[in-house]
Amino acid sequence: MTERILSCSEALAEALAEEMGRDETIFILGEDIKAHDGIFGQFKGLHKQFPEKVIDSPISETCIIGAGVGAALTGMRPLVDMHFADFFTTAMDEIVNQTAKIRYMFGGQAKIPLVIWAPDGGGLSAAAHHSQSLESWFIHTPGLKVVVPSEPADVKGLIKTAIRDDDPVIFFQHKKLFAQTGPVPKEEYCIPLGKGDIKRQGTDITLVTYSRMTYLSLEAADQLANDGIEVEVIDLRTLKPFDFDLIAESVKKTFHALIVHEACLTSGFGAEIAARIGEELFDYLDAPVVRVGAKDVPIPFSPVLENFVLPQTDDIIKGIKRVLNR
Amino acid sequence: MKITKEETLALYKKMLTVRAFEEKAGELFAKNLIPGFIHLSIGEEASSVGTCSVLNKDDYVASTHRGHGHLIAKGADPKKMFAELFGRITGYCKGKGGSMHIADFSIGILGANGVVGGGFPIIIGAGLSIKLRKTDQVGIVFFGDGAANRGTFHEAVNMAAIWKLPVVFVCENNLYASTTPADYSLAGGSIAGRAAAYGIPGYNANGNDILEVREIVGKAVKRARDGKGPSIVENKTYRYRGHFEGDPQKYRTQKEIEGFKDKSDPIQLFKTILKKEGTLSDQADKNLREEVYSMIEEAVRYAQKAPLPKPEEALEDLFINP
Repeated sequence: MTERILSCSEALAEALAEEMGRDETIFILGEDIKAHDGIFGQFKGLHKQFPEKVIDSPISETCIIGAGVGAALTGMRPLVDMHFADFFTTAMDEIVNQTAKIRYMFGGQAKIPLVIWAPDGGGLSAAAHHSQSLESWFIHTPGLKVVVPSEPADVKGLIKTAIRDDDPVIFFQHKKLFAQTGPVPKEEYCIPLGKGDIKRQGTDITLVTYSRMTYLSLEAADQLANDGIEVEVIDLRTLKPFDFDLIAESVKKTFHALIVHEACLTSGFGAEIAARIGEELFDYLDAPVVRVGAKDVPIPFSPVLENFVLPQTDDIIKGIKRVLNR
Repeated sequence: MKITKEETLALYKKMLTVRAFEEKAGELFAKNLIPGFIHLSIGEEASSVGTCSVLNKDDYVASTHRGHGHLIAKGADPKKMFAELFGRITGYCKGKGGSMHIADFSIGILGANGVVGGGFPIIIGAGLSIKLRKTDQVGIVFFGDGAANRGTFHEAVNMAAIWKLPVVFVCENNLYASTTPADYSLAGGSIAGRAAAYGIPGYNANGNDILEVREIVGKAVKRARDGKGPSIVENKTYRYRGHFEGDPQKYRTQKEIEGFKDKSDPIQLFKTILKKEGTLSDQADKNLREEVYSMIEEAVRYAQKAPLPKPEEALEDLFINP
């Protein structure tokens, strides 16, 4: 397999170009997606290659999402750009009451092949309205699939699957990872939804994470390897559906589990994973499951405050040591 | 708009069908035979039937919580509608939607909607889809005077206007948003008048005169189909029943309701025209009503006999690829 080094934004643009070339029902709708190629450069070159299919929208998030729904219901396969995940609040009816429910409440008559693409996450001093990790809202809404990739190869393989999927998918990409590079296969490939990936093998503890926290978790694992602690890092990649089998397989081997996410701790997805581990793997646990997440406040602006609120590598190391009682 | 005698009678029959359906639904609801709650459109038949009469089968309609009339007008099957109201497996949505969530994608009905103003963004997507697929379809969104105050209305009209989408915004101004009078809640006093701000045509229609509704919506639909962009049509009408069945209606008087029934009942107005031009005799009217009301009775019998869903079928139809 031939590989190149691409960034997460390049991986996205490449995947979209391939898909749009393959299927003329795909189009992209969002704000500032022509002049800036998307505010993170994530749609680079697409409007030149597909001028009719890359559509700049007025600042009307409610109608951007709703238009995605209406177009998906009538034969198109849209990707709508939420600009910042924080702006989901302005379109919640369209996501929660329409996108998620239309197929079900109409008895399966309709399909909604819609991707709602949203950059999320903090660490950029972007403050409370541009830094949130809101995945739990959508996992908690039956009818939506939720994808949270970390590395470029996963971005590419998962966005292609999301686009081809006939169900609505919320596709998050962490803002701090757009420039993150990694090897991406040159050959055509898709990654199925609901399959996690072991980013580092280990025997002492299972660390379940996703999105940017994958990288911080790998740093923590590197540091602890010096102390003889071998951490298995699972990047879930998809949260709805999520790969509990992979977690179970690992916990049955390590007898310890830590969950790490950037979203605030209370009612974060870590709570769901911890509950499932407790319900289904209790007999395999040598210690209580521990979660690491952001502190329960809005994301503050000043770096000193933001760094305190968001999980850092040291917090993850502390979490691992707490589980292992070291 | 030109119309043959047969077409006129078909329109009249459709209006009778909507009314008969709604009256029967109200009666069954009062007897506790229909679960949940229902919103009836009695008094608004000229708007629903007149509007849908200028549409093609593959044109799209986004409907509202008061949507039974739109569905029947677009060609939905009252049997499957009643089955849905009764929560049966043979209903349009297999019992998962109920009165407020009926859709029939085979005739372009993108769904009634439980959220006031929920249809606007959806019809924008349908309009965009039509434009990208380069077909000659048109999308209609029905909405009430209350929905004209949602942000979705303004976002949608703006988007439709800048992209010249083949969409017609059909307001059914029945004077009350649930309990709140339009003359209290509507700045500027005119929904059609808001079109000017977006640089598109806005038309007022006597929403109880089906021929006028046809004429005006027909003009807007033609404009949309010709690629000239969206319009707003404000059908001024009135609902005879409460916002929902069981609404105590403290916000208006019985006298007001009777006044509308006496002076501007859409079916009566149309009948007068048809009689005057010799298209419909009293006897023919009587026969037509009997035919329609017995068809509705038959639909109810079908629905009441239809099987209920199995409880575990509640877990189906969420995802195509779970």
